[in-house]
Amino acid sequence: MLQGHQSWIFNNKPVILSSSAVGGPFEAKGPLAKDFDILHQDTRLGQDSFEKAEKKLIEQACEIAIHKAKIKKEDINFFLCGDLMNQIISSSFAARTLAIPFLGLYGACSSSMEGLSLAALMIDSKAAEYALAATSSHNSASEKQYRYPTEYGAQKPPTAQWTVTGSGAVLLGQRGEGPKVTCATIGRVVDMGLSDPFNMGTAMAPAAVDTIQAHFRDLNRDPSFYDLIATGDLGRVGHRIAGDLLRDHGLEIPPEIFTDCGILIYGDKQPVMAGGSGCACSATTTYGHFFKRMHKGELKRILIVATGALLSPLSYQQKESIPCVAHAVSIEM
Amino acid sequence: MSSKKKKKLSPTQQKYQAYAKIREPKRPVLLNSIRAFFVGGIVCTIGQVLQWVFMTYFNFDEVSAGNPTVAVLIIISVTLTGLGVYDHIAQWGGAGTAVPVTGFANTVASAAIEHRTEGYVLGVGGNMFKISGPVITFGVFSAFVVAIVRIAVKALGGM
Repeated sequence: MLQGHQSWIFNNKPVILSSSAVGGPFEAKGPLAKDFDILHQDTRLGQDSFEKAEKKLIEQACEIAIHKAKIKKEDINFFLCGDLMNQIISSSFAARTLAIPFLGLYGACSSSMEGLSLAALMIDSKAAEYALAATSSHNSASEKQYRYPTEYGAQKPPTAQWTVTGSGAVLLGQRGEGPKVTCATIGRVVDMGLSDPFNMGTAMAPAAVDTIQAHFRDLNRDPSFYDLIATGDLGRVGHRIAGDLLRDHGLEIPPEIFTDCGILIYGDKQPVMAGGSGCACSATTTYGHFFKRMHKGELKRILIVATGALLSPLSYQQKESIPCVAHAVSIEM
Repeated sequence: MSSKKKKKLSPTQQKYQAYAKIREPKRPVLLNSIRAFFVGGIVCTIGQVLQWVFMTYFNFDEVSAGNPTVAVLIIISVTLTGLGVYDHIAQWGGAGTAVPVTGFANTVASAAIEHRTEGYVLGVGGNMFKISGPVITFGVFSAFVVAIVRIAVKALGGM
């Protein structure tokens, strides 16, 4: 049901029946390693290319989510998936394997919450009995597509971020045990004219701020409603800017509940500059770490604001600035 | 950012960029320069030692020792790239590792490794010079222009 200008309230409370997180070797060294279902030591996962490895990551994440929910793959009505590769090949190819009716999404790193909000909408409107939403990113595959070859020796600035290798999946159903998706706010595209692909946090921060403000305005809520508000992959640079911007706009989020998946996923000693990024950053942190904390009872109500930078290597070379978007989903235990 | 680019930005965008600028970590330019100075210097010293070895033990003179020296540096750089070490040295050493011979070998080797999955012809062959291509193009073109200038000056009775 529409609430305010750009938010949905899910009155039927779609249930997250199961979730999964798969990661790579770099994620295995991070502080959230114990919250992953599978951690791979080989970034190629035994495949002969990084792109094929990324497809495998989605397949595994989906298999685990389906297995945990103890339902049959054939019972799932729809599969929503997005990734960073050109023509979202990782998602489409994983959908070929899964053979579940498929809708491909592209919202760059906001694909995680884009998928979750649409899946929740399907369940809420009874358009689906079960819906599976997944997303993935692969560090080497993304570097290859967006920047330089992985072994190329170029110095990255301190504002650069490290794309997470991994995949996260959630399975939603009409009824059952688990956290419930209660509402979602769809963001608009915000472009502040930044064009440096090594400084995505700064580019994406205004989009996150816009969506967070819209969320609290539409739902007439206060940040204190949540135990945790996490942005997707703003990193240390973007998260700080977002926090300051919100405060200047009169929306103070207490620092103890305001965090960022890109900061949480890697440790201080890991050479990731400003933090993690990529679709899998918000997906694995939310579907792995945050959901585990919800099941333990440490968190009751969370708001995830996944941020995406909608650039392409071509648009960057043509001197276009970076349009950004953010989608917020509220999950309650 | 150039002033021409700034003109196209709306006042809100300009205000935000100024707002963000003071909150971003700066590139440590001085530290990077010092590291680049030493790393670049070390690479060049290795080259000098190699040249000396070829001149002393292998009967090369100062000019002809250049080729085997460069070849050895290329082999070292390509090996380090293949072993996945070069990019880490470059992150630390910055511009110091871009010293022509080793840096150039790294651009070619890294692109070749990266695109191996697309096959030898379209992948390796087509992408090998993806990063180093512009250097070759503009290097050859600059040399051409300089040569024309030199010939013209000579024809006019100069030099």
